[in-house]
Amino acid sequence: MSKLLSVSLSPHVHSGNSVKKEMYGVIIAMIPAMLVGFYAFGLDAVRVTAISVIAAVGFEYLIQKFLLKIEPTVTDGSAIITGMLFAFNMPSNLPIWIILIGILVSIGVAKLSFGGLGQNPFNPALVGRVFLLISFPVQMTTWPKVNPMNFSMVDAETAATPLALVKEGLKNGDNLSDLMGKIPSFTDMFLGIMGGSIGEISAIAILLGGIYMLWKKIISWHIPVSMLGTIAIIAAILHYVNPQAYAGADFHLLTGGAMLGAVFMATDMVTSPMTHKGMLIFGFGIGLLTILIRVFGAYPEGVSFAILIMNAFVPIINTYVKPKRFGEVKK
Amino acid sequence: MLKTFPVGGVHPSENKFSAGKKIETLPLPKSVTIPAGQHIGAPTQILVKKGDAVKVGQIIAKAGGFVSANIHSSVSGKVSKVDDIFDSSGYRRPSVVIEVEGDEWLEDIDRSENLKTEITLSKEEIIKKISEMGIVGLGGATFPTHVKLSIPDGKKVGNLLINAVECEPYLTADHQLMMEKADEILVGTTILMKALNVNKAYIGIENNKPDAISHLSEKSKNYKGIEVVALKVQYPQGGEKQLIKAVLNREVPSGGLPLDVGCVVQNVGTAFAIYEAVQKNKPLFERIVTVTGKSVNKPSNFLVRIGTSTDTLIEAAGGLHENSGKVVSGGPMMGKALSRTDVPITKGSSGVLIFKEEESKRDEIKPCIRCAKCVSVCPMGLEPYLLMTVSKSQNYERVESERALDCIECGSCSYTCPSSRPLLDYIRLGKSEVTKIIRSRNQK
Repeated sequence: MSKLLSVSLSPHVHSGNSVKKEMYGVIIAMIPAMLVGFYAFGLDAVRVTAISVIAAVGFEYLIQKFLLKIEPTVTDGSAIITGMLFAFNMPSNLPIWIILIGILVSIGVAKLSFGGLGQNPFNPALVGRVFLLISFPVQMTTWPKVNPMNFSMVDAETAATPLALVKEGLKNGDNLSDLMGKIPSFTDMFLGIMGGSIGEISAIAILLGGIYMLWKKIISWHIPVSMLGTIAIIAAILHYVNPQAYAGADFHLLTGGAMLGAVFMATDMVTSPMTHKGMLIFGFGIGLLTILIRVFGAYPEGVSFAILIMNAFVPIINTYVKPKRFGEVKK
Repeated sequence: MLKTFPVGGVHPSENKFSAGKKIETLPLPKSVTIPAGQHIGAPTQILVKKGDAVKVGQIIAKAGGFVSANIHSSVSGKVSKVDDIFDSSGYRRPSVVIEVEGDEWLEDIDRSENLKTEITLSKEEIIKKISEMGIVGLGGATFPTHVKLSIPDGKKVGNLLINAVECEPYLTADHQLMMEKADEILVGTTILMKALNVNKAYIGIENNKPDAISHLSEKSKNYKGIEVVALKVQYPQGGEKQLIKAVLNREVPSGGLPLDVGCVVQNVGTAFAIYEAVQKNKPLFERIVTVTGKSVNKPSNFLVRIGTSTDTLIEAAGGLHENSGKVVSGGPMMGKALSRTDVPITKGSSGVLIFKEEESKRDEIKPCIRCAKCVSVCPMGLEPYLLMTVSKSQNYERVESERALDCIECGSCSYTCPSSRPLLDYIRLGKSEVTKIIRSRNQK
C-alpha cells in the first residue's frame, strides 16, 4: 500500500452550495430593482448605491482587520448585500455623511458587534435605516420626484411618497377618493414610476428578483406570501368596512417598502425563522404590524419597524415551532 | 405524478457510470479473508482451524444466537490462518484466511442456470433455510434476514416491500441484477411472500432506471400479487421509512419498525440471495459489487466471492491512479471511507467507490448563515443545525428531546449545507452519547 487515502465520515459528496453562491445569487436578484432605481432617480441613485456598497465593504474590512484583528470576510458578499439593501431604503438625495453614519451602524453595530455573518439577530441594513430615520427624520423622508434618465447634477424637485401623501391627507380630513386621484396610477406604481426610496419603487423588478431567488432555491415562498397575503387581506377588510377611511389592498401592496421588504429583507436568512411553519408566522407578524403602523401609527410607513420587531421574535419562534416530525407519535 | 416521500430529500448528481455494464464474474483470487462477523448481531463461533480443507459453501462459522448469521466459505482450499485481521471498519476482527485450491463446491448446491419456480418448502422450512444459508440484508445494513421474517406474536404483516430503489448515486449493482436476474428476483419475492404469509408485494424502483421498471413489470405479470412501483428520483427514496411512506403512505412511528405499520422491507439483492438459498441450496458466499468513480478506467459490476480483497476489485476496474484520494465502501452518501484497500469484500459491500484527490477533501467550514436548508431537506423532519449545536455543547438531554435518534444518517443535511458544516458528524456523536445514556438509564 503506497498511497495514503483520505478518510472521513459520510456523506462523501457535497452539493456545491456555498455561502458565496447564496450571497451572489441575492446580489444578482437585486439588480433589476437597482436598475429601475437608477433609471428613475438618475445619477443620485448611482451615487448613493455606490457609496453604500463601498462603505459597507470598507467598514467591514477595516473593523475586522484592525479592531477585531480577524481575517476579513468581505469576499463572502454579505457586506455587498447589506450595502445594496441599505441604499435601496434611502432617498436618492441623501448627503454622503449621513450614508456613512448609517452604514457604520449597519455593519459595525448591527452585524459585527454580534459576531458577524450568521450571528446578527436584526437585519443590518434595516437597523442602519431605522437609526437614520430616527436621527435625521427630515432628510430621510424627503424624496425626490421621479425624473427618468436624469443624469444632470442639478438638484431634483422633491415630492411626498403616495403613502405619506395619503396619510397626511387623511389626517387633514381629506376624502380618500380625492387623495387617490393625486397619487400615480396603480400601473405606474407597479412599474415603479413613483417617488420613494431607490430600490422600493418597482414592484415588478422586485418580483423578478424574487422569482430568481425562488428558482435558485435561495429563499422559499413562505415569508413573502404570508407577509403580502396578510397585508392584502387586512387592507381589503378595512377597505370594505370603510372605503372612505382606508385604502385597499392594491394600494398597500404597491406603495412603500412592502414588496422590497417581503422579497429582500424579511427573507434575509440570518434573521428569519428556520422552519416553514415559523416562516409563515413570521411573515404574518410582519404583515400585521405593517398595516397597524401604516393605518393607526404615527409613521406613514411601517415595514422596517415590522421586520425588526419580528426579527426579535425569531429565537422564540425557533424554540417553539418545530417541523412536522416524521412518524410523530401522538401522546 | 410519481410516488415519493413528502418532506425533505436532495438530488445529488447520479453519476451511474457502470449502468448497463454486464455482471462480470471476477476470476478466483489466490486467497480470501473471510471475517467471522459480517452482520448486525451476536458474533459467530469459528468452526475451522489452520490446516482444515474446506469446500465452496461449507459452513466455517456458526451463528452465535438468534440475531446472528452463519458464515460460509466462498472458495475451496486450505485454511492457512485464523486470526484478527483488518476489515473495512479499520479494526482487526476475527477472520478466516483460506488459500484457494481449485473450485470445488459442496455437492448439494445446484449450480445449473435453470430457473426453478416451484416452491416446495413450507413457511417454516423457508425461514430455517434462509437462516442456515447465512442470508443477511444486502442493502448495506446486514441485518440477519431470518430474524426479519420471524414475526413476533401479536404483529401482523400485510405487505412485503422489495427495496430496488438504489437511490445512492454511482451504485448500479441492484440495477444490473434486475436486468439480468428478473425471474430469480421475482421467485425470491414469491418465496418471501410465502414465508410472511402475505399476498401482496411491491417492488419500488427509482425512475432513473426505466429499463428495469419496464423489464420487471413485464416479467411480474407471470407472478401473483407482485406490483412494480416507479418512484421519483429523490434521495433517500431507498430509506426504509421513506420507501414505506412513498409506496403505501404509512408512517413508521418514531422509534418503531416497519412491522408496526404491517410491512416488511427487503432489499432486491436479498430477494435474489433468497432465491439461490431456497431453490438452489446455495449459501451466501458471493455478491455483486459495483466498482466505480470518475477516475476509474473501467466502471464495472462484478460478481465477487466474499473475502476477496478490495484491491483485487480495484485492479480489475483499472487500478488506483496518481490522483485517487479516497476509497469508499458503499455509496457516496452513506458509505464508509476505507483507510486501506487490502480489506475483504463482505456481505454488506454494495460498491467500491474511488474519488479523485480533489473530490476527497471537504470544503472549509464556515459559520452557519441560518439559511434553513438543512431543515428543509431533512426527510425525518428534524433540525440538523440545532442538533449539531446542542450536540457540540454536550447538551445531550436536548439532543434526545430534539429527536436525534430518529435521524437515519442519510447525509442530506451535510450534503446541502452552503457553509459545509459537518452536521451529520455531530448528530452521530450526539446519537451515540444519547444511546449510551438511555442504556445506562434502562439498567437502573
